[in-house]
Amino acid sequence: MPLLIERRQLVLPGDILAEDDFNPGENTYREGGKIYASLTGLANIAGKNVYVVALKGFYMPIVGDLVIGKVIDLRLGGWLVDINSPYTAILPTSEAFDRSFNSRRDEMSNFLDVGDLVVVKVIAFDRTRDPQLTIRESGLGKVSKGHIVRVTPTKIPRVIGRKGSMINLLTRGTNTRITVGQNGLILVSGDRPEMEALAVRILQMIEREAHTLGLTDRVEELLKKGKGTES
Amino acid sequence: MSDSYEVPISIKMKRIGELIVQDKRLDGRGLLDYREIKVETGMIEKANGSALVSLGNTKILTGVKVETGTPFPDTPEEGVLTVNAELVPLASPSFEAGPPREESIELARVVDRGIRESKALDSKKLCIVPGKLVFIVFVDIYVLDHDGNLFDASALASMLALTTAKMREFEVKDGAIVYKDGFVPLPINNHAFEVTMAKIGDKLIVDPSLEEESAVDTQITIAVDDEGNICATQKSKIGVFKPTEIVEAVKIAQTKAAEIREKVLGGL
Amino acid sequence: MSKTKSEKLINEKGLRVDGRKFDELRPIKIEVGTLERANGSAYIEWGKNKILAAVYGPREVHPRHLALPDRTLFRCRYHMAPFSTEERKNPAPSRREIELSKVIREAVEPSIFTELFPRTGIDVFIEVLESEGGTRCAGITATSLALADAGIPLKDLIVACAAGKVDGQIVLDLDEVEDQKGQADLPVAISLRTGEITLLQMDGIMSAEEYEKALNLAIEGCGRVHEMQREALKKKYAMEEEGAEKEGEDEVTSE
Repeated sequence: MPLLIERRQLVLPGDILAEDDFNPGENTYREGGKIYASLTGLANIAGKNVYVVALKGFYMPIVGDLVIGKVIDLRLGGWLVDINSPYTAILPTSEAFDRSFNSRRDEMSNFLDVGDLVVVKVIAFDRTRDPQLTIRESGLGKVSKGHIVRVTPTKIPRVIGRKGSMINLLTRGTNTRITVGQNGLILVSGDRPEMEALAVRILQMIEREAHTLGLTDRVEELLKKGKGTES
Repeated sequence: MSDSYEVPISIKMKRIGELIVQDKRLDGRGLLDYREIKVETGMIEKANGSALVSLGNTKILTGVKVETGTPFPDTPEEGVLTVNAELVPLASPSFEAGPPREESIELARVVDRGIRESKALDSKKLCIVPGKLVFIVFVDIYVLDHDGNLFDASALASMLALTTAKMREFEVKDGAIVYKDGFVPLPINNHAFEVTMAKIGDKLIVDPSLEEESAVDTQITIAVDDEGNICATQKSKIGVFKPTEIVEAVKIAQTKAAEIREKVLGGL
Repeated sequence: MSKTKSEKLINEKGLRVDGRKFDELRPIKIEVGTLERANGSAYIEWGKNKILAAVYGPREVHPRHLALPDRTLFRCRYHMAPFSTEERKNPAPSRREIELSKVIREAVEPSIFTELFPRTGIDVFIEVLESEGGTRCAGITATSLALADAGIPLKDLIVACAAGKVDGQIVLDLDEVEDQKGQADLPVAISLRTGEITLLQMDGIMSAEEYEKALNLAIEGCGRVHEMQREALKKKYAMEEEGAEKEGEDEVTSE
């Protein structure tokens, strides 16, 4: 039962990964009893699963994901929200207002208007219909200040870190609030613009160097230096 | 965000406004700073001249082709300059394939104005047989990557493609053109460089990036020649300027154009 | 292409006009991720050809009524810059550009898992900045890389190369002069993993034996170009392969 790759080997679309007994995991496909990579990335194995960690990718909505989006249109029944995905999402008015709502255009735009940034959650998605969102839970809502950083969605796990270790390091070290959208958008907001800017720079570095050694150390370095320049 | 919608994000506009009050910009530049400018010429061998300009992440490739044809009836002894711009779809999600839209036509005409009014190209020297045969100089602007300020990058690429272009040496015998063996440059007398400024609040910023462009409602492009004369102006978008702001913009344009001239012509 | 009479394109030593042997490729340089705005991009120099390919998508389809319920709508536009040819070319699409847009689309689409993204669109734009014969093969080769660069799931990279007949000899990778004055030109695109041919065209005249010989030579050429595709893609992501960071290891999740 041959496994044909080394752990964390860089593979390209069409590269053969394994044969026979293994299962095709993320970003792979099976054909003629063999498993191949479908994306450029690092091949790996967990138990009988062979999978590829994509180095660059786009966001496909998953139910339960927290995402950051931009309102792009108002329709009868809800707002159209760009969530940085091939699919535009819908925030129905029923998921925004607690009371039963008679959606007249004026009332809707008082709550959310075109161009507004929102933190929302995906509550439904299958490929036959557009993703549905809610804004009603705690921690969700319209964004009024802060800075948005975009990273490729496949690197979001690295930004968060094991059990949140990386993101906690960053928020404590810069005294900022960081909301990480699974769709690759990260909201940074703090009282001090220099600390906000530092957090932004570090997030950009994490994206660039996500899969390299010693990243955590380098982040700690930058945080120390950043704190040091505070007057 | 998928950028096919160019709706400016409300908090970004606020941020841009907050920073401007402190004379700061999103990417840390000073109000009058250009992004990094990189220039390469002569890479398209089939063209008589070519230049690739990067202005930050904006990339423009301009090609110059010299062909022969009939002159315009009102200028029988002058060659013809024609400038065309293509906003090809690969440069931005908001560009579509199809006939030229108003943005690409405006871009071509504004670049054309700078070159034409400064008489950078001496069209009298492009006459072969008066009234019958002249050189037609095609300047084709190809936008490859759009990150704001297409005007300045396109004007620079076009000017450089013209200055580094080579045409076949020729002479006229018995009313017909006869090509000789060598190559000569195009007849260039002057140079025009364009400087685009946008207004945010009551401050002027030079070289707006794409993000900044989506948040401003008025901008102005000014072309300046080697002597510091103004040879073209275009105000675009729906906002307004006060006369004092225009005077200030002219001064800024003269300074920045001189800096660009120094940087790119010095090297050639 | 004049097929009736060929001038001397291969000399006594068996060398071609540019000094190449019958099975030599022109110099090729490939770069992945050249553009910032596009979701994926690749730039290729193949001989004097200079071609840029860019991918946008998967994204919403405009106009929406064109969207397909069960798969992505894959569109391709091959276009030449006015300064890319000997005589300036009018920017409006010519019949040749429209035909090439179609065959290139059909060459690449089989490699895409289109059913994974219903109701979306993937757009490919190929811009020829300078042309010297063989632009469709270079365009296909760059397009496949641009799709990979965009993170779009693919069965395999598609690669293309041409062979043909010049001065009675079967040769690999015709340049402009050979294309214009030679006897036949056969561009081929292939998924090497399965050996499936996704583009095949020919103009000129050849016997059946010559045809087969040219086909095999073109496929061999594809193999070599494919190695360069892989190198270019790997180069872009090289530093990501470095070791396993302890924290990172646990972050790498699987299904």
